[in-house]
Amino acid sequence: MLVVLVIPFLLLFIFSYGQIKGVKVYDTFIEGAKEGMMITLRIFPYILAMLLAVNMLRTSQGLDLIIYILRPITKLISIPDEILPFLMMKPLSGSGALGILADTLKKTGVDSLVGIIASTIMSSTETIFYTITVYYGSIGVKNIRHTLIAALVADLAGIMAAIIICRMLFV
Amino acid sequence: MIAFAIAFATANGNLEILNKEIFASLKSSLELALGLLGSMMLWGGTIKVAEKSGMIKKLGKLIGPIIRLIFHDIPKEGEAIGSITMNITSNMFGLGNAATPMGLKAISELQKLNNNKITASNAMCRFLVINSAPICIMPSTVISIRASLGSNNPGIVILPSIIVSIIAIITGLICCRIFEGKGGIC
Repeated sequence: MLVVLVIPFLLLFIFSYGQIKGVKVYDTFIEGAKEGMMITLRIFPYILAMLLAVNMLRTSQGLDLIIYILRPITKLISIPDEILPFLMMKPLSGSGALGILADTLKKTGVDSLVGIIASTIMSSTETIFYTITVYYGSIGVKNIRHTLIAALVADLAGIMAAIIICRMLFV
Repeated sequence: MIAFAIAFATANGNLEILNKEIFASLKSSLELALGLLGSMMLWGGTIKVAEKSGMIKKLGKLIGPIIRLIFHDIPKEGEAIGSITMNITSNMFGLGNAATPMGLKAISELQKLNNNKITASNAMCRFLVINSAPICIMPSTVISIRASLGSNNPGIVILPSIIVSIIAIITGLICCRIFEGKGGIC
């Protein structure tokens, strides 16, 4: 499998390129690694909270109820039941969605089709409501016109595309 | 969510299992975070090297023409287009920390070009649509989380993610086009 080579070669390429350009590769790497560490520490509380909430919801069978209610719609566009909680959280909170993603991956298997679909959606779409609020909030725009609709349509198209493409590539 | 869960568990009479689950969750989230920490540090370091070596700037030049095509109604040179490009390239490398400040800069530049200050311009809508499905060639967080959960191939999602983002953005932009026709502001 060629895909297995992507990451090692990407690393090799980036480091060699840095070396040629005269970057202090080791020092820079350490600097970035520290930032990565801080990011993980920052999102850890969210992951913990979300894993806790979703697991409680699952254990109490509350999740089954929600999935049951939404099933007619999700069946229509063939969204797997397992990724439903994740999809609901995605537009609202990035860190929250990450927590749920981890939980979903654990339950369905990281390398299962559903796991790959969920991972694809996570890495290809953004937290719409958050982004829109922060960006427009920063410049004081009140009337956002068609921004939200267009972004939601894009998001939905992304979800559909993820399901279809992953089915095509990995089945 | 938690209140709902407790209410439901009480109704179903499985509070005891719920109790166990709470502590199991804490343990599993800690295990996850430990795995995540390692990968996030690896990618954080790697991306930093890419940034310092000017690789990310190069990529910005590469995608410049496409960005100018999408934002045909704002000046071809200048701060607005520059910061939009920087924002998109930062997103491509999963540099959330750099992308957001650049994005805020971009939107404030777009605001300068905007005639009606409390209403979003067409360009702003397009910019936010692009930001709602950023094309990411290095989704480091997702790769990290997959690696920490023992995936055989954590990077398998890179290619589908890129295709999906492109489809999502194109759909969003078409949607913008349709609305722009009606609105006609700016």
